[in-house]
Formats: sequence, C-alpha cells, structure tokens
Amino acid sequence: MKYAFFAGCKIPYYLPQAETATRAVLRVLNVELENLEFNCCGYPVRHQNETAAILSAARNMALARQKNCAVLTVCKCCFGQLKFAAHWLAKDQELRDTINSLLAAENLVWEKEIEIKHLLSVLFHDMGPDRLRACVQRPLYGLRVAASYGCHALRPGHVVRFDNPMTPTIFENLVAVTGAEAVDWQRRLECCGHPLFEKNNPLSLHLLDNKIQAARQAGAHLITTACTYCQLQFDNVRHRHPSDQNINLNPPAVLFSQLLGFSFGLEEKDLGLTKNAIDCQKELEKVTKV
Amino acid sequence: MVLTLSFYISLALFFLGLLVRMIGWLRVEIGTETGRIGLFTAVFSSLKAVLLTLLSPRIFKIMAVLITEIGLQLPLLKNGFLRWLAHMCMFYGFLLLVLMHALDETVTAALFQDYAATLNPFLFLRNLFGAMVLLGMALACLNRIGRGRKFKATNTNDLVLMILLGLILFSGFLLESVKIFSEPAFDRMAADYMGAEDEDDLEALKVYWSREFHVVFAQPPGSDDLETGRNLHMENCAACHSRPEAAFLSLPLSDRLRPLALWLNRSQADLWLWYFHFGVCFLAMILLPFTKFFHFISVPLSLMLRAADPPAPAPMPHKNPARLALEMDACTHCGVCSEHCSVAPIRRIIPNDHILPSEKLTGVKKLAHGKRLDPDVLESLSQGSFICTECYRCTQRCPSGLSLQTLWQLSKQTLAAKDFPEPHGWVRQYAADQWADRLEQSPADHPLCEDFARHRHVSESPETFSACIQCSICTNVCPVVSAGNGLTPPDMTPQQVMNLLRLNLKDLALGSRMVWDCVTCYLCQEHCPQGIRVTDILYDLRNIATRRLQQVRQLGPETPKTALPVASPPAAVRKNAL
Repeated sequence: MKYAFFAGCKIPYYLPQAETATRAVLRVLNVELENLEFNCCGYPVRHQNETAAILSAARNMALARQKNCAVLTVCKCCFGQLKFAAHWLAKDQELRDTINSLLAAENLVWEKEIEIKHLLSVLFHDMGPDRLRACVQRPLYGLRVAASYGCHALRPGHVVRFDNPMTPTIFENLVAVTGAEAVDWQRRLECCGHPLFEKNNPLSLHLLDNKIQAARQAGAHLITTACTYCQLQFDNVRHRHPSDQNINLNPPAVLFSQLLGFSFGLEEKDLGLTKNAIDCQKELEKVTKV
Repeated sequence: MVLTLSFYISLALFFLGLLVRMIGWLRVEIGTETGRIGLFTAVFSSLKAVLLTLLSPRIFKIMAVLITEIGLQLPLLKNGFLRWLAHMCMFYGFLLLVLMHALDETVTAALFQDYAATLNPFLFLRNLFGAMVLLGMALACLNRIGRGRKFKATNTNDLVLMILLGLILFSGFLLESVKIFSEPAFDRMAADYMGAEDEDDLEALKVYWSREFHVVFAQPPGSDDLETGRNLHMENCAACHSRPEAAFLSLPLSDRLRPLALWLNRSQADLWLWYFHFGVCFLAMILLPFTKFFHFISVPLSLMLRAADPPAPAPMPHKNPARLALEMDACTHCGVCSEHCSVAPIRRIIPNDHILPSEKLTGVKKLAHGKRLDPDVLESLSQGSFICTECYRCTQRCPSGLSLQTLWQLSKQTLAAKDFPEPHGWVRQYAADQWADRLEQSPADHPLCEDFARHRHVSESPETFSACIQCSICTNVCPVVSAGNGLTPPDMTPQQVMNLLRLNLKDLALGSRMVWDCVTCYLCQEHCPQGIRVTDILYDLRNIATRRLQQVRQLGPETPKTALPVASPPAAVRKNAL
C-alpha cells in the first residue's frame, strides 16, 4: 500500500519537525511515501462554508485516487475533515454530483474507495506494535507520557471510525511500544483549545491550561500529540502565552512521531526536537541516560 | 537636438518617478506593531546596511544570487521550463536591445571601433534580439491565456506592460522595414556618403540598390548599368551597410509593405515612425517607475536584499515596512503563488478573487499605502485574507522572493484593526439579541445561499433537531460551558440553541456566543442520546450567520454597540482560573 503524505497547511511553516520526524520514522519502517501537491483539507473554512470545505477535501482525495494512494495525515483535524467529507459525499448523491462537476474541470473525480488514514492508524493497524517494537533501540523506560487524543479523529465516531470514541486505546498502546508508560489522565479526550486561538484567546488558553493541569496531576513527564493543532497549542501557543511562567511549561509537549523516532534512535536532524518551543529533550535524556 | 533634450527630460522624469516611488516605501504601514520610518533614519540605516553587507562575507551570497537568480533566473525555471524560456527571451532580448541598440553610441560604439547600425552583425543581432522579445511575449501571452481559464490571470498592469513593449518592438520593426525601401533615406545617405557625383553614377547606384537592397524609387532608375552600380556600392556604401537579408524579420515585413512603399516614402513614413519609436521608448522610460517595468529594478533588489538579510525563521518574521513595500513593488503578478495556493479551490464555491494571493496582494498594497478602500472591498479583502491558512507555499514558490507569508500575517492584523476581522471577531460586535433585532430590521429577505453549489444546511430541516428532548447532556459535557471560572460564560447552552431551533427562533441563535465559541470537539454530538448532530448544527449556524449577519452588519448605527470582552483578562484572573 502506497501512502500520499498529507502535510496540511500549518506544518511547512509552523511545525516543520512534524514532517521530518514522520518521514524519518516511516523510512525506518520501509514505508514509501508519495508526494502530491495537496490543497488545504478544508477544515479552517468549514466555519464559513461547508460546501467549500467539502470541495477542498474532495479534491485532495481525488488527487490521491489518481495516483492510487491512500492519504496519510498527521493532523487530527485534517483527518477528521477528510473523513467528514468522505462520509457525506458517500451518503449524499446530490452533494457528490455537485462536487464532482466542480472537480471535472481538472479531470479529477471523487470516488468512495479512497482511503484516509491517520499516522497512528498506519502505525498501529498497518504496521503493528510488534514491528514497531522491533525497531526500538532506545527504550524510554520510566518515562510517563500523557497521550492527548485530539477531538476530530475520535468524534463523530461513526464518521471517522478511528477508535472507540468513548474509550479509545490506540494512542496508549502506541506509547507503550516505545517503552514509556502511558498515564491515565482526565481530559485526555478533550479539546486542546486551539480551534478558538486568535478567535477567543481567553477561552482557548483556559482550555489549554485545563489540559496541562490534568496531565501534570497525573504525573506525566511529557504530553504527546498526534495532531498539528494540538501540538501548536501545547507548544508554540503555550510558550508565547504562558499563564504562570514556570509551572505551566511542564510537562512539555512532543509529537508522537518525534517520541517514536527518538526511541528508534533517530538523530536530531530528523526529529527536530530543538525546534519545539518548550524544551522536551531534557525529559527524554533523563530516561535514556543510564 | 530635440532628441537629446527629450532624452534628458525623460531621464529626469524617470529619476523623479523613481524617487517618488521610493519615498512612498517609507510611508507604508502594515501590521499593528510597525510604525513609519523617517526619511533620515531610512537613508542612514540603508547606507549602513549596504556598507556592512559589502564588507561582510555575505557579499559572496549576493553575488551568487546575482548569477543564479537574476542572471540565470533559476527561480523561474523551478516553476516550469516554458515560463523560464519566455522570460529569459524577453529579459535578455530587451536588455541587449537597450545596450546594443538604444545606447549604441555609448556602449556598442565604444566596444567596436567600426560600429554602424546598418552593418552586420549588428543588423542581424537587432533582429535576433527583437525576435527573442517577440517569442517571449508570445509564450507569455499563451501562458496567460491558458491560466486565464483557471483564474483571473491578467490585470491592467500586465496589459500596460505588454502594450508598451509591443509598441516599442512593433514600431522598431516597422521603422526598419520602411527604411529598407525608403527613397528619402537613400537620398540622404547618398548625399552624405557619396558626395556630389554625376547623375549617371547616382542612377547606376539606384539600380543596384533597387535590385539588391529592396529600395523603392518613385521614378524607376533610368540606367541598367548594374556593374557600375555594384562598383559604386563597393566603393561608397559597403563599408557601412550590410545586405538587408540579415534583417531576417524586417525584410519580409518590408516586402509585405512594398505595395504601399511609394505612398509611405512620399509621406516620409521613416521620419514619423522614427519619432514614434523614440516617443514610445521615452514614454516607457518615464512610466517605468509606475508600471510593471519597475520590476526590472525591484525584483533584483528584492532578491539581493533577501540574500543579504534573510527573513528570520517562524514565528518572528522581519517586519521592516519599507522593505515589505519594496517587495510588494517587486510582484510581477506572474500568478505562480495562485497556481500553488492551498486554498485556491475554495474560490470555486466562494467567488472572491481576494482568496488568490496574486490578487490579494493588490489590495494589501493599497491597504499598506494608506489608500482609501470601500467597505465592500475591505470586506472582500478580509474574507480572502482570513481564508488564507498561511501554508507558506506562495512564499516558497515566489520567483521574486517576496516575504508573502509575513505580508499576509501583517495584513490580517491591519484588517482586524480596521474593524474587518474574521467572522469570529466581528460577530462580537453585537449580542445575540441585537443581531436578531438587526435581522428583523433588515429590509430585504436575503436568500440563504447564493452559492452556485448547493449548501446543505442541516439546521434548516426539522428532522435534525426535532428529536431533542432537552435532556441537557450536550450542555453537561460541553467544555466551553464548563470553562466558567474567571471567564464570561456563554450566553446560552447547546441545549438552548437546539431549543431555539425547535421554536423556530433561529435568528436569536445566529450571533450567540455559544455558536461562535464552540470548539467543535463533538463531545455533545457523540453523547447525544437522541443522535442529534449538535456540533454539525452549530457549524451550520456559523455558516448561515457568516452570510446573513455580514449583510446586516453595516446597517445604521442605531443599535448601540455593546462590546464584549475580547482581550485577554489580566494575568491575575488567569492565575485564579488555574
């Protein structure tokens, strides 16, 4: 199975380490990635115009279909939006016709069979924990990690079909592969607050604080994310808008691709850990320095 | 004399225009954190920067840019071979025409001792360079027509440049063609270079020139002594005049015009075409600072500046407004950004040209230069600007090296400060009931959807919410409702919004905080025991509100503004909240 790497809009400028780390991890696992010039998934414009959002998503899927690839996203919001569009395109003939008539100008067509996969699903279901475990060279024993799910991959459950929307386990299982301990924490399924960032900052930052506090209370050394927006919120936004200078910068956030890559023994140039605004390396080094 | 005088006047006007344009850079304001720079500071700091750069190793980087990006134009090659070929043809064709032909007395004559415009290889090269520009222009036009089908590819600036360039080229070729068969030109040259010879010799030369050099005489030459003619030609003319065949474009054109030759010769076409050709060239020179010709100066400057002082990495880009102003002037409206724009497909549903970076830049430039823009233009610019996701692709692709990403970040700030933020911002202008009042006052009943594509409004059909039993589970799981302490709680709960729909009071919900502060986490929808698509409905209400509230937003100021808190609460409050 070939995957087309879907970076989304924020990664190239705001979170380049998400791309380099993902590519490096997948290289270790011998996964071939196709590079297509995708457009925006449509998630940001859905507030204004759902049809425009669905067209955006459909165009991406149609591009991947042309190359006979599955779409691989590393962002829960891109994933959710593509899944949302696919769900309604499959269900609603009239919508499908409208969208396909717009895509026809570029000789593109949306078809039901296009697969959308999140990085976590690819790692867990397509690769399998055993294959991942075999690649771990630097097990992270003793590291307590809070896995933050990201709303749009989990819900609406019957649309995205990612994991059980109420009691998911995929992320914790993947964290366990690295040797780290996935802590049980409140609010692991809640919103990071980023959808309201720069729209209603007090509320956005409040939701962020709630999550951080919950992770800290559970004794996590790190929060791990598998979503562009969650990571931006937990790292860049928190760094720029610290609510309580010191305490709230703990625990730092790390992308799961970085965490897994670190356990694979990959190098900094791939992982881009120094690109994270809040230092997460010290926590990783603590457990690997024996 | 007239020529020299008009040349110097044009040159002076050109420099004046340049100065006006550059001073304009200092008046640019973009973003909320930048201020204007004073003239003295600007001049002083630029001189300092230039001096420091010249003395630093960065000079090598600039030289590399000069060769690869300006000389070989590699950034264009990255965007397609034909585009690169077209531009190389136009750039080098025109540049060489200016150097070899327009400035022949200063440049070419200094380099080549026996230079004469009518001598090969100069005669041939003039045609070659002209042909290069024509080829480039043809390719560029084809490219623009091709792209025109996808989006608005050509604006007035592009047309003006094409027309000016076309006129220069066309008048040049026409002038040369007319000169080829011109009897007055022959007479002038014969008088200048052959001296007072006898009539027979002149007739013999005429025969030779009419047969071999395509000159058309009103009175066919009386002699047919070709041999004498050739000898006279070799003696007097050949040293400075090559055969016209070298003018491989002008000669065929001249032959086509031959039926009109007598009339053209009589009306001294070679003279007035000459004036026209010079006139257009001078006009182009005067207009250079104010037309797309300016990119001849601004693009190399922008590229070299980028090499000398590369923009800082995210999220702190450079914010020198004068530099951004220069960069905006280096936009050639080539459309590469729009071809690769991540949100460009959205324009097929929301028909707003400002979604495309190449079109948005025109508006942003006016905004930055403090030009007055109509509210509907600002609205459209704001919509396009906030649809941009800052994916960085335009910036990476731009062949002129513009810091587009920075420009978009800053222009959004400016638009928000001018009261044209994204919908989430301006919806706060009024409370939910005030919006409902405005909708009631609104004179016309606005159609919900003007999109040519059908919009699926879930909130429109009762099946989506009629099953609601007001159990309030949605409200109980909502993180926005429970955020509470220290923050203003939303004006209504999700369950109340569902109830408003059931009561057919949707307008009361459109501007509500609950609708606009929803984080779309889907907890409500996932937990709803009745299977109601609560989050999808809230999304849909925002879709409807964006259109309908926008229309009543600019209604008269009779409703008092009650600004809701937008800014962050003081640190103490946030601390308590933890």
